[in-house]
Amino acid sequence: MSEQPFIDDINVGFALPALVKKPTPRQLVQYAGASGDFYEIHYDKDFAIAQGLPGVIIHGALKSGWIAQVVTDWMGAAGSLQSFSVRYRAMDVPGDTLTCTAKVVGKDEAAGTVRCEIELANGEGSVTTTGEAVVGLPTR
Amino acid sequence: MTTSSIITSAMQAAVGAVGERQTVDIERGAILRFAAAIGDANPAYPDRAPPTFLRSLGRAVPDLPDADSVPRALDGGSQWTYGPPVRAGDTVEITTTLDSIKEAQGKLGAMVIADYATRYVNQHGETVATQRNTVIRMGVLA
Repeated sequence: MSEQPFIDDINVGFALPALVKKPTPRQLVQYAGASGDFYEIHYDKDFAIAQGLPGVIIHGALKSGWIAQVVTDWMGAAGSLQSFSVRYRAMDVPGDTLTCTAKVVGKDEAAGTVRCEIELANGEGSVTTTGEAVVGLPTR
Repeated sequence: MTTSSIITSAMQAAVGAVGERQTVDIERGAILRFAAAIGDANPAYPDRAPPTFLRSLGRAVPDLPDADSVPRALDGGSQWTYGPPVRAGDTVEITTTLDSIKEAQGKLGAMVIADYATRYVNQHGETVATQRNTVIRMGVLA
């Protein structure tokens, strides 16, 4: 966890610390159990292939969890995630290295919020998932 | 009744349907397991729940009639809006409405795009979150 950010110090263009994930099939099973999403495309390779997929794929909701985490890791105990959205552009597979990056694209001083754009890229650098978040930050 | 659209009249008639209301107790252990599965060691958990934890509570999505014609479902994304934090010990009521359906053409053929709205309300009557979720449904590939 980094130090508490204050809205006074954060400006448009600020890049949040990146979050790197190396999901394994085991993590997908762990997430299936913790989330209750037992759709077989996330752990049964034969089933996934029969559905026309290249193999098992990562739960969209798990990627969504990382899209949120890159923001919650940064915003500190006094920050608040007010809204966020995620859009899946392409599938991701276990065994790849995924990197979430985020930057501040808007600031509303009166509301005490910043708007962040978030991207999740695969090991080849293609952005497979995008998101946006509105984060409340304290003043100094 | 069939039309040229892959959206049947029964599917269209289901817009506005509400799934069964669920009531779920927010448990510390469930929050911890969820945070561990994401790989998120935030010290705020398990007193508070991670933003996407609510999804694990098992919302009851209203049935989509004739879903057999488009059995392959993919999650298209979500928009979340948050109210007061969800805390261990809370009780949350969950209702999901089928908000809209539309047809789209994808690389793999015709698709049904279904938008669901889910509302999460705690024991104080506060809306702790709303989620708009898009589900993309398709036929199985030949």
